Amino acid sequence: MIARLLEGVPRRGLVALGALLLLLLAFPAFASGYLLSVGFLILYFAFVGQAWNIMMGFAGQLSLGHSLYVGLGAYAAAALYVHFGISPWIGLGASVGIAMLAGAVLGFLAFRFGVAGVYFAILTIAFAEFARIGFDHFSWVQGSSGFFLPVANYATNDLWNLRGSPRMFYYLMLAMSVAAFVACHALLRSRMGYYWQAIRESPEAAQALGVNVFRYKMAAVVISAAMTSLAGVVFAFYYNNLFPEQIFHISRSIELILGPIIGGIGTLVGPLVGALLLTGLAEGMREVMLQLGVEVPGVKQVFYGICLLLVVMFLPHGVWPPLARRLGLERGAGGRGGH
Amino acid sequence: MHGAWAWSAAPAAAADTEMSARLDVAAISKSFRGLRAVQGASFEVPAGGIVGLIGPNGAGKTTCFNMIAGVFAPDAGEVRLDGRRIDGWRPDQVCAAGVGRTFQIVKPFVGLTVLDNVIVGALLRSNDVPSAKKLAEGIVEKLGLGPKRDLPASALTLPDRKRLEVARALATQPRLLLLDEVMAGLRPTECDQMVAVFRELNRAEGITILLIEHVMRAVMALAQRIVVLHHGEVISRGTPEEVVRDPAVLESYLGEETEV
Repeated sequence: MIARLLEGVPRRGLVALGALLLLLLAFPAFASGYLLSVGFLILYFAFVGQAWNIMMGFAGQLSLGHSLYVGLGAYAAAALYVHFGISPWIGLGASVGIAMLAGAVLGFLAFRFGVAGVYFAILTIAFAEFARIGFDHFSWVQGSSGFFLPVANYATNDLWNLRGSPRMFYYLMLAMSVAAFVACHALLRSRMGYYWQAIRESPEAAQALGVNVFRYKMAAVVISAAMTSLAGVVFAFYYNNLFPEQIFHISRSIELILGPIIGGIGTLVGPLVGALLLTGLAEGMREVMLQLGVEVPGVKQVFYGICLLLVVMFLPHGVWPPLARRLGLERGAGGRGGH
Repeated sequence: MHGAWAWSAAPAAAADTEMSARLDVAAISKSFRGLRAVQGASFEVPAGGIVGLIGPNGAGKTTCFNMIAGVFAPDAGEVRLDGRRIDGWRPDQVCAAGVGRTFQIVKPFVGLTVLDNVIVGALLRSNDVPSAKKLAEGIVEKLGLGPKRDLPASALTLPDRKRLEVARALATQPRLLLLDEVMAGLRPTECDQMVAVFRELNRAEGITILLIEHVMRAVMALAQRIVVLHHGEVISRGTPEEVVRDPAVLESYLGEETEV
């Protein structure tokens, strides 16, 4: 199993990944509370970026409404915890189930009736907006006035109920990001991965080769939704408050796709690189400006805009593919390890 | 390689005893907004045979192909593969039933390598990715794409893209191979190479072929029988020698001075 996962992965790539993992593991030891929260955000965006990339990068289906799955995942686990004291580790079953159901309904409507391209993207926005407005009036989770979890006592870490310090959340998110990376790597070289990429490149040709396009597109949406909802669970227990206006908002959907776009759509490392660049640099810049006593509201958004512009103009495939080539990590013969 | 192809040879032997036609197209018709693209076309492809489908532009050849391959359902008529009706099936179901096709306007998976393109086809009848890869490697070699197997398909020239179309279709291990103008744009020597590949596939593995082709050099060299379409109707059929002497064919398609 492990041997097959490693097959065709360049040795230098493995060494680089190992070094990165060690660095991330050691990070909390020397990071301040603020830096640790930035580290958490980077890992969070790396994870959701990876999840979104399954749909767009692998299967070529553009979703602009992934905040839907974050929100559903967050609300389901939080509501079960607050109302019934159910551990999020059990509650995430409901989160994943509901998100998969939402993804399946969306996918069925779109793929059964041939909604594709831009119209598919608009449908994903519509579903997220529908959830936002619906949750505003959903009194079981306090509607638009916001749903609050009892604030955690940071002195002790209760992993079972996800009540604890930022450091616990950092390591949890790190474990999830590593798992997502490995899972996506395995998916990409499975039958499903080949079929997704074929559908992305040419649905007609894929179908002529015996690929059930409907089934594999559905699988992409449902798997991506399930993964994204897990990030929602962590989000809810980390921030302890949920507002439909925020969590389902389209800006959240856009924010989570910037990482993979800037890092490199369809690549494994792209979402990670993108999250590191965007979140790391934006927060770092804000900090530097704070130190200098300059306060400019909206500087993060301007920074995102400039990054996007530069990438679109000079690196249309994202930062990672040319970087990988420079580092000699591009895919080796017969494998896609360098991704 | 030969082990992998045994699957497609076995049904051919069985079909010979029960019925002779691998593909039986019976009176199929298709109209697009009142334009009759194909009207009551009937023809057969015997198991193990090579049949050419020729005719002028707009005669309905590709429409016939698309009805066989499941892109459209015929408005009337039947398509049978080894006696089983397949008209109205989805393209992936038709492919799974044993029909491989190429596209006249090539549709490579440009972001994937040549080998990965072929692996997608090979996965249809392989249990896992490594065995699909093995099968694909053999086919890539056979089509002369071996040195380019790790290049992205976007880097291929048109003749190589045509070869890739054939390689992908072959990887699905079809009982019937539909070739839509795979020789167009090839130089005569390249065309002869391609002809040799199909002859060998037909001889060694018993693969049945239906080809649409404008390159008469290839059709004459390959086809045992030819069906001529004109305005959506079959106007002539027979051996290549018979068809090129048929006055109706000369008038509508080949022209009187055609040399073959």
